[in-house]
Amino acid sequence: MKTAVIVFPGSNRDRDMFHALELITGTRPQSVWHTESTLPDVDLVVVPGGFSYGDYLRSGAIAARSPILKDLVAKADSGVAVLGVCNGFQILTEAGLLPGALMRNAGLTFVCREVLMETVNTATRFSSKFEKGQVWRCPVAHHDGNYFADADTLKQIEDNGQVVFRYAGGTNPNGSLNDIAGITNAKGNVLGMMPHPENLIEPINGGLDGRLLFESLLEAA
Amino acid sequence: MKARVIVTLKNGVLDPQGKAIEGALGGLGFGDVGSVRQGKVFDVELTGTDKAAAKAELEQMCEKLLANTVIENYAIEIA
Repeated sequence: MKTAVIVFPGSNRDRDMFHALELITGTRPQSVWHTESTLPDVDLVVVPGGFSYGDYLRSGAIAARSPILKDLVAKADSGVAVLGVCNGFQILTEAGLLPGALMRNAGLTFVCREVLMETVNTATRFSSKFEKGQVWRCPVAHHDGNYFADADTLKQIEDNGQVVFRYAGGTNPNGSLNDIAGITNAKGNVLGMMPHPENLIEPINGGLDGRLLFESLLEAA
Repeated sequence: MKARVIVTLKNGVLDPQGKAIEGALGGLGFGDVGSVRQGKVFDVELTGTDKAAAKAELEQMCEKLLANTVIENYAIEIA
């Protein structure tokens, strides 16, 4: 599986993502700087976590207007898999690739801890290796992860099965509506999630729970 | 030409920062504060002189960047 990771000024989880992708796919991902105009021909493009542009204006807002986004939107429209983690999720919503918005955490504090996730839809290329209803551990580290969408949008994404991951066991760390932790677009080829599966893939991380997401993608490619 | 853009959260969108400020004002003894909503102000200087054109351009700026219309409203004032 060929992959690429887009890097913005202020990305800081890009190396974790490179490492995870290389470890699981066996192929080194390509790094793409935000000022470039075309993405390489790959099976998966990842928008990694971090604090692009220092979260100025709104988290992800400035990065979502970067030159490379034009081709990312085109690639997403053509069906290429796109994964946004944390700041990457914020960038994908700001770019209009995913519905809704990520607002300041309800508790106003930065949360850096482990949460429980429930995989509620396994019929996506990001989640096929999970069992339906499987609860797994995953780290979060964010200040703006409070998922919001208006009532109509929320109903639509719930009805379409676009909610793939929910915070489970009362661990919702940010006030997200319906405990939403990760959603796809209507077509199912773009996924955004606040937690960091790339940080739970080796025994040294304390667990392997995050692997299933990457293994699902590998199987789908 | 000077313009001011005011971006506010839409009604019904939870504003935890506004809530915290509201609580702090109450703590300072301002007992008559019903609620506080936090927003943003952008002062934009434009080189053109045509007000109608400037308003149209500022609307585009709001739609494309200054506001996230999923959660925010905007208002434009031109001096």
